[in-house]
Amino acid sequence: MLEIKNLSARIDDKEILRGVNLVVPDGEIHAIMGPNGAGKSTLSYVLSGRDGYEVTGGEAIYNGRDILALEPEERAAAGIFLAFQYPVELPGVGNANFIRTALNAVRRARGEDELDAVAFLKLARAAIKSLSMPDDMLKRNVNVGFSGGEKKRNEVLQMALLRPGLAILDETDSGLDIDALKIVSEGVNALRSPQFSALVITHYQRLLDYIVPDKVHVLAAGRIVRTGGPELALELEAHGYAGLEAA
Amino acid sequence: MTALPTRKLEAFRYTDLRALAAISFGETPVPAALADLPDLGLPRLVFLNGRFSTAHSSALPYLQSFVPPAEESSLPLALINAAQADDGVTIEIPAGVDAGAVLLVSHAAGDAPFAFHPRHRVTLGEAAKLTLIEIAQGSGVYWHNPVTDIALAAGAVLAHYRLQNESREAFHLATIRAEIAADAAYESFTGVLGAKLSRAEFHATLAGPAAHTHVNAAQLLGGAQHGDFTTVVRHQAPNCASRQTVKSVLSGTARGVFQGRIEVDKIAQKTDGYQMNQALLLSPGAEMDIKPELQIFADDVKCSHGATIGALDEEQVFYLRSRGIPEAAARSMLIRAFLSEALEPVTHETAREMFEAAFESWWGTQ
Repeated sequence: MLEIKNLSARIDDKEILRGVNLVVPDGEIHAIMGPNGAGKSTLSYVLSGRDGYEVTGGEAIYNGRDILALEPEERAAAGIFLAFQYPVELPGVGNANFIRTALNAVRRARGEDELDAVAFLKLARAAIKSLSMPDDMLKRNVNVGFSGGEKKRNEVLQMALLRPGLAILDETDSGLDIDALKIVSEGVNALRSPQFSALVITHYQRLLDYIVPDKVHVLAAGRIVRTGGPELALELEAHGYAGLEAA
Repeated sequence: MTALPTRKLEAFRYTDLRALAAISFGETPVPAALADLPDLGLPRLVFLNGRFSTAHSSALPYLQSFVPPAEESSLPLALINAAQADDGVTIEIPAGVDAGAVLLVSHAAGDAPFAFHPRHRVTLGEAAKLTLIEIAQGSGVYWHNPVTDIALAAGAVLAHYRLQNESREAFHLATIRAEIAADAAYESFTGVLGAKLSRAEFHATLAGPAAHTHVNAAQLLGGAQHGDFTTVVRHQAPNCASRQTVKSVLSGTARGVFQGRIEVDKIAQKTDGYQMNQALLLSPGAEMDIKPELQIFADDVKCSHGATIGALDEEQVFYLRSRGIPEAAARSMLIRAFLSEALEPVTHETAREMFEAAFESWWGTQ
């Protein structure tokens, strides 16, 4: 379970998060919607431990641990996964080598046996097939020359193999056509279980047709200003975010 | 003896040899009992303190006896070498023979400073093939000043992989000259990790049509190390291709130098020349000096050069860490990725493993 209590954070001198309160129980998927500049991406980066964000108050507890004190790799080992809005290109790093290194680092940190190359490839090929990705995706350099849709699918492939307990999807739908959106959504839905929870950050209701959330939160000006069921997303789609920031 | 070049000489503008000139070199000591020398599972030729060691070397059918050199160039380090050289390996591969791979090890160790100036010669007959892997290593203060003269007849292929892993107190100044005939290929890669001050100066001459060369390198330097990689690639015939990808990773107050010149003669139409120099500076005190030069006298050529100097991309580091890869491993992974393009000519698996292991362990010492 993820519990965010009164979380505040800033970049340089700019307050971005101003007391976020949020609870995501195990097994649930929550959507976070909101206008540009509301702090959605900042929330995902603060939770995953990126440099440059200063937490000025509050806490984020995942499975009983304060994750804000952990290094990014320790958070990954604890089961947190961030699907990047803009996945990073790594020229010279093969995708298979990258994912296997990550998987084994996480397995090692969790006290599990490492996978050899053969066992890994078997696992990865099965995941690739279920995500309808081309076979050569493992052989290419990480995200180099990938289309926008391929980059997002590569995020979902990593997620499928790392099997996080909490996934944070930062605008995973941006830049996706409808087919890619379906494939990405199926990848997330396939992970659904009583042990898996997710924070789905999005501008648009469209993604939530495919990944149906248990709850929808509206983040505006650094605070959660409304919480509701999936129908809240439809309401926002119809009426926009206007007026919410004052709430 | 010819004097050491000073920074007044354009070719040595970025490499100051006064620290070398200040040392008085004495008698070359008799090598002490040896720790394990590398063998990579290959036939091996060993030089101990610059002297060929029959006891440590394999019997090779293509070895010729040493003949003192007559130096025709005006290169100061080659002239010093010619005046002092009293040993070196002479390999002649007959036409049509694929001689496989040979390892050449130079190991140096002594209690007081000494110098050695081997003169190596590698000659391949028509369509002959050889993979020559060199490792230079040692301990203590010494000056290793090797000159390697390479002649490749038509269609010959020499893969030349050099690992410079000398003592951190040593001076390593290597001159490598390759004359490449029609349809022949000289494929080289130099990995630089060692020495207090080092320079590798390549002169590759594409002398016949459709000759080809790679003059690639990776320099990984820390502390106050200085590494200079200087190339002169001469296109003297049409339809030749040259590739130079040189990467430097510098930490501490290390200083890297790359000077690369491509000369294209009037006759050398359809030349395809490529030169790329990239440096990663891991600390604010590190420095890289880059001087690319193109001298083109033909009118139908494709020549390009590029240079970049930067730091590791923190966005990439975070991406790897967010996937569970610890910070040191993430940085090491990105450095190896940065170097990978330079390693392209290293098609020999054993050589590639040797370089990758050396680069991996370098990161552990930084």
